[in-house]
Amino acid sequence: KTVTGKVTDSKDGTPVSNASVTVKGTNTGTTTDATGSFRLVITDANAVLVISSVGYNNYEVSVGNQTDLSVSLTAASGTLNEVVVVGYGTQRKRDLSGSVATVSSKDFVKGALQTPEQLIAGKIAGVQITPNSGAPGSGSRIRIRGGASLNASNDPLIVIDGVPVDNGGISGATNPLNLINPNDIETFTVLKDPSAAAIYGSRASNGVILITTKKGKKGKVRFNVNAQGFVQTAAGKVDVLSADEVRSIVNAKGTTAQMALLGKESTDWQDEIYRNAFAQDFNLSAAGAVGKWPFRLSGGYLNQDGLLKTGNFKRFTGSLNLSPSFFNNKLKVDLNLKGTRTTNFFANEGAIGNAVTFDPTKPIYSSSKRYGGYWEWTDPDGLPTQLSNRNPLGLLYNRENTSEVMRSIGNIQFDYQIPFVKGLRANLNLGYDVSQGRGINIVSDSAADTYRRKGIRNPYYQSRTNKLMDFYFNYASNIKAINSRIDVTAGTGYQDFEFYSFNNPDVRYNGDTVPGSKPNFISQAPGYTLISYYGRLVYTLDNKYTVTVNARTDGTSKFNKDNRWGFFPSAAVAWQVSEEDFLKNSKVVSNLKLRAGYGVTGQQDGIPFYGYIPVYGLSNNQAQYQLGNSFVSMLRPSAYDATLRWETTTNINAAVDFGFMDNRINGTVEGFVRKTKDLLSVVPIPAGSNFTNQLFTNVGNIESKGFEITLNAVPVKSKNFEWEIGANFTYVVPKITKLLVNEDPNFTGVAVGGISGGTGNTIQRHIVGERPSSFYVYKQVYDANNKPIEGLYEDLNRDGIINEKDLYLYQNPEAKYFIGINSNITINRFNAGFVMRGSIGNYMYDNLNSNMGVYRQIVNPLGFLANGSKDYLHTGFVNNQYFSDYYIKNASFLRMDNINVGYDAGEIAKNVRLRITANVQNVFVITKYGGLDPEISGGIDNTIYPRPRTYVLGVNLDF
Amino acid sequence: CHKQLDRTEPNTLPSGNVYTTEAGYLQVLAKVYGSMALTGNQGPAGNGDVAGIDEGTSDFLRLFWKAQELSTDEAVVAWNDPGIQDFHNMNWSSSNAMTKGLYYRCTYIVTLCNEFIRESDPAAVSGRGITGAAADNIKRMRAEARFVRAYAYWVLLDLYGKPGFTTENDPIGKFNPPQTTRTALFSYIETELKAIEADLANARAQYGRADKATAWALLARLYLNAKVYIDTDKYSDAVTYSKRVIDAGYSLLSDYRWLGLADNNVSNPEFIWTLNYDGIKSKNYGGTTFLVNASVGGDMDRNVSGLGGWGGIRATRNLPDLFPDVNGNGDKRAQFVAGTQNIEINNISEFKDGLAVIKYRNRTRSGAFGQDPEKTFADIDFPVFRLAEMYLIYAEAVKRGGTGGTEAQALIYLNSLRSRAQVTAAPLGFYTTDYVLDERARELYWEGFRRTDLIRYGRFTEGTYLWPWKGGVKTGAGVAATRKVYPIPDSEIAANPNLKQNDGY
Repeated sequence: KTVTGKVTDSKDGTPVSNASVTVKGTNTGTTTDATGSFRLVITDANAVLVISSVGYNNYEVSVGNQTDLSVSLTAASGTLNEVVVVGYGTQRKRDLSGSVATVSSKDFVKGALQTPEQLIAGKIAGVQITPNSGAPGSGSRIRIRGGASLNASNDPLIVIDGVPVDNGGISGATNPLNLINPNDIETFTVLKDPSAAAIYGSRASNGVILITTKKGKKGKVRFNVNAQGFVQTAAGKVDVLSADEVRSIVNAKGTTAQMALLGKESTDWQDEIYRNAFAQDFNLSAAGAVGKWPFRLSGGYLNQDGLLKTGNFKRFTGSLNLSPSFFNNKLKVDLNLKGTRTTNFFANEGAIGNAVTFDPTKPIYSSSKRYGGYWEWTDPDGLPTQLSNRNPLGLLYNRENTSEVMRSIGNIQFDYQIPFVKGLRANLNLGYDVSQGRGINIVSDSAADTYRRKGIRNPYYQSRTNKLMDFYFNYASNIKAINSRIDVTAGTGYQDFEFYSFNNPDVRYNGDTVPGSKPNFISQAPGYTLISYYGRLVYTLDNKYTVTVNARTDGTSKFNKDNRWGFFPSAAVAWQVSEEDFLKNSKVVSNLKLRAGYGVTGQQDGIPFYGYIPVYGLSNNQAQYQLGNSFVSMLRPSAYDATLRWETTTNINAAVDFGFMDNRINGTVEGFVRKTKDLLSVVPIPAGSNFTNQLFTNVGNIESKGFEITLNAVPVKSKNFEWEIGANFTYVVPKITKLLVNEDPNFTGVAVGGISGGTGNTIQRHIVGERPSSFYVYKQVYDANNKPIEGLYEDLNRDGIINEKDLYLYQNPEAKYFIGINSNITINRFNAGFVMRGSIGNYMYDNLNSNMGVYRQIVNPLGFLANGSKDYLHTGFVNNQYFSDYYIKNASFLRMDNINVGYDAGEIAKNVRLRITANVQNVFVITKYGGLDPEISGGIDNTIYPRPRTYVLGVNLDF
Repeated sequence: CHKQLDRTEPNTLPSGNVYTTEAGYLQVLAKVYGSMALTGNQGPAGNGDVAGIDEGTSDFLRLFWKAQELSTDEAVVAWNDPGIQDFHNMNWSSSNAMTKGLYYRCTYIVTLCNEFIRESDPAAVSGRGITGAAADNIKRMRAEARFVRAYAYWVLLDLYGKPGFTTENDPIGKFNPPQTTRTALFSYIETELKAIEADLANARAQYGRADKATAWALLARLYLNAKVYIDTDKYSDAVTYSKRVIDAGYSLLSDYRWLGLADNNVSNPEFIWTLNYDGIKSKNYGGTTFLVNASVGGDMDRNVSGLGGWGGIRATRNLPDLFPDVNGNGDKRAQFVAGTQNIEINNISEFKDGLAVIKYRNRTRSGAFGQDPEKTFADIDFPVFRLAEMYLIYAEAVKRGGTGGTEAQALIYLNSLRSRAQVTAAPLGFYTTDYVLDERARELYWEGFRRTDLIRYGRFTEGTYLWPWKGGVKTGAGVAATRKVYPIPDSEIAANPNLKQNDGY
């Protein structure tokens, strides 16, 4: 017979969707829809239905004669029985003592997101996600609590279904994460502090992001189609001079010869290179069970044009999950296979800078066919002027740079309950992550930028292989006699990474090899290996007091035998105060938990693979040296540090989790201190002591302090009207506490932050006692009208000479404070929401103005004209003043990242549900910063691919 | 059990496998020389030797040239590269990126030489089973590496005074080299050059490799400047060693204007030791590629030099004023572009202010262009030592009281330079030390001598001799005498507690 039913929340009667409804002891089952309804065919007259949903207590009901059931679920105490993925297993949320934040699919950022990390942008305190650029498929910089390293990697470890993936780049892909389809993701779990992350010891210094993909569930197969169409428009342009302004400047100040260079046109090159870009994104999935085999199968297709003309990104994805159980559920198998193929047409991003600087008095096309018909600057001999800028459209249309990248990530996990020992499981996880990128860059031999070298036809190929084996035992048991629960995990892991690439000669457009460019070796395959042993003990007493102890030891091939093993322990305690008698029955306080943890993690990512081995490398064929009459390839000893060892980070974390009024108001306040020592960094070493003057070695300490506040509230919650609001706030300030082996107060630090203009100029320094990468500039002197006086700076050390000794530290590119605000309102079938992100106290070096806002830029001494930035009208600078603090600008901002609305049309046909969504991304930015975008990681505003404003329309069908 | 963790780098040689054959030694020796001419192991750029500086800028010759020329009346530069304007403004500090880069380039060369010298120890060579002619050749290579090290130390002696000091007896790893003194370094260089003389090949044995004459030439230069370095005259030694080179069989190249051409390595009896470049096989963004490209700009005809358009370096008027005519009438050595350039410099950043110099041109004697079809990289070799300098050392040392030579002989040498330049011969008793200084400028301008020469003549920092924009003042101004040596980099002072900064920085 057919049983129907509706599952509601016991408190307010709201429907519980996605609850699982199964016939006890069988694999028959289904899930509830958005209205909480379900339909199930039952054969056994004595069937007992088990209804369960995360956050609620399980409910069992005998069907008997009933055909229409009404089930009301009671919320589990808080959400404490919720299970959270923590790495090598799961943990009850109530037992958590580290800093773990989870965002599940219903709370993801909505809209046209091409890359997974965007799903949680602005959603988690302490997690900062900065999009790199507006190019299609481009990624983001992810920082958890600001990063713990100086020169080693500051990227968090990303683990997808138990496979730590390689988030290094691959040729042909703008961003390795864009090879994952966001639609396949179920939850993001972020392990922020070492006591949570220490189980990933060697690789957890910058936090861990665990991504769990969607799985099949027992029950009827359901299909979902999600289609989105979107259009992207340029959200702004760089403020440059108009053609008439350029004409009047040159006519007023230039020589006759320079005036003669002026053209008669008025071309807005930025308008010419951008377009409204259209895109579509289709996703289809089927999930359910075939017999005993729960599965989910999905496919996706994204086709996106770039805002910059000619660019295009296409992605095909497929994923399969199978999660069958055998031997009476004793053996659970979880198989995940994901495959992606992307094709890219890379627009020449050099056009962006040239559109800003190219002379606006010039036409797009010339009368000649040379240079593809585009107007270009030429020398008296008719060849393109060296070092001049190039026609932006010529750059775009004379180049064809295409690639195809394939990636597959997969794993199979066996989880076996060992007979006779209740609570003991063995878990084996075998995984891989392989990708390969191939492409070819073709530039016409007529193109001005490669005219002298007769064009380009350069193919490339690279592949990466990452293999994983993990095996652990887990024993979990309640020991009633002492009112305790223990959960012990012990295991070992092996990971191997190999990066293969071809070395190709440099080829001209017509297929000729550039002389001397034949490589010495046709390919290379560097790699590294990690072996780990780990253990975790969680002990909970009386459901109130929890102690977690982790220990892990890792060996890496990047260090020599004596130093390669690192030991990374951690411990944390938690006290569930609200379970104490004095609060247990409180109407106000529904959750109160105190947590504190201490942990040590290690770092060896982002450093050379073989930095400890003395080797000699052979020079290429364009770096031979003539001895007598023959050219000899040079053998060079490489710098090495035989004593390289683990960089280690210790972290102290303390937090209060709270929930009031049945968790309608809940949140976390968390503080941390993180100290990294033996930093793997590139620092000046005593000259003559090694084959370099800057060695990758263990030196220096860095320290971060900060706190985070997360607040969520549900101000209104009724049957037809719900309003949720969430906010998070992060404060984090890193400080370099040691940089060199021998500290010298006069040392002005390690120069970083290369800028555009001149050769080898840098604007930032790492200096002891300061935040990393602080700006290092001259103090500008202003006249009575607050106009900067060209070349006049304060003689800060009062020695009568203005030189590098007068540079001073002024501000920092990283924000001290950043915030995320999100809200969602549901009224009947409508919902609307937004996500805002902001940061306060971040400064930007306006490299566009420093480079372009000068007369020398407009009338270039090399004999051509160019456009300058409007800032020239204010400063009137003749020459570039790159190091003036005038160009350091406050770039605090608040960005409306996303506004979305949705309408749930409900069941439009039998068992067919429809949902329609619309949203706008990058809606507006509130900032004092005058440049195109205040949010640029690294804090140097050059020419970035502008972030588009995106308008999205979506349809979702479920059947 | 954890063997998987022992991984080795593909496409490289473990150090133990390098020194098994003579060919292996020769390839490392190529690096020893190449570290002076190229910027790294990937031409033209991409795998540099020296860190913390733009790779093209990190080239030895490019940096040495800037330190020796931009700080003087011979050259100004239009660019904005970090610290580059400090040279002419004479206000560099210990964090100047260019003086740092040169210090680190020189110490890098020393460290490479130390490694080669250590690995080519005769006992080590025979221990590896290399004997006979191969062992003899390696012995010669070892002396060459000691020469290159002595030369790099001479640069450090001349420009920085008292650098950190290492030899083949120091390890590779992490340690703090001790600081030397100018006196000790002078005597070390002198001793080394004399010690390797026997092992070096005879003069003119093989192009581009140091030989006996090269060692003598460096000794001659060292002794000429001994008064500056150790406050003791060594003019007689300067006479002795310059004469020894002169008598080793060199002669002047017939046409002065061929000295800076793309084929200046061909049939050239004048060059004693060169840094070798090739537009196809030995490429970087420094060296003569820098000298040619940077010298061309403004409205100049790009074809004059065969490369170009970086629009950087020109001369102050003090240099053309030494010649009777800027176009070479009366003295062929004047190689300027005047028509489209202004002789006065109102704005250093304006390429057209200051005469362009076309001494280095990537064209051959027959007028053909150099090999690089893209017209970026030069084929021109750079003479570190050439015969004309030895003539001038001889003449100056004799005039300053050095014994072992005569003014009559000196005049013969000076007149041979004049004769090649198509200047009338001068009579006996004609020349003075001041004449030699001017003649050095006319003959050797833009070859990296000027700063050393002006210091020797007491005209570098002093207010008594001025040039446009000296010390950052348009009419020129004297600066502190402490600027006669460059500062040791602040990063080096911080990294190595054994070092003390030069006075005044």
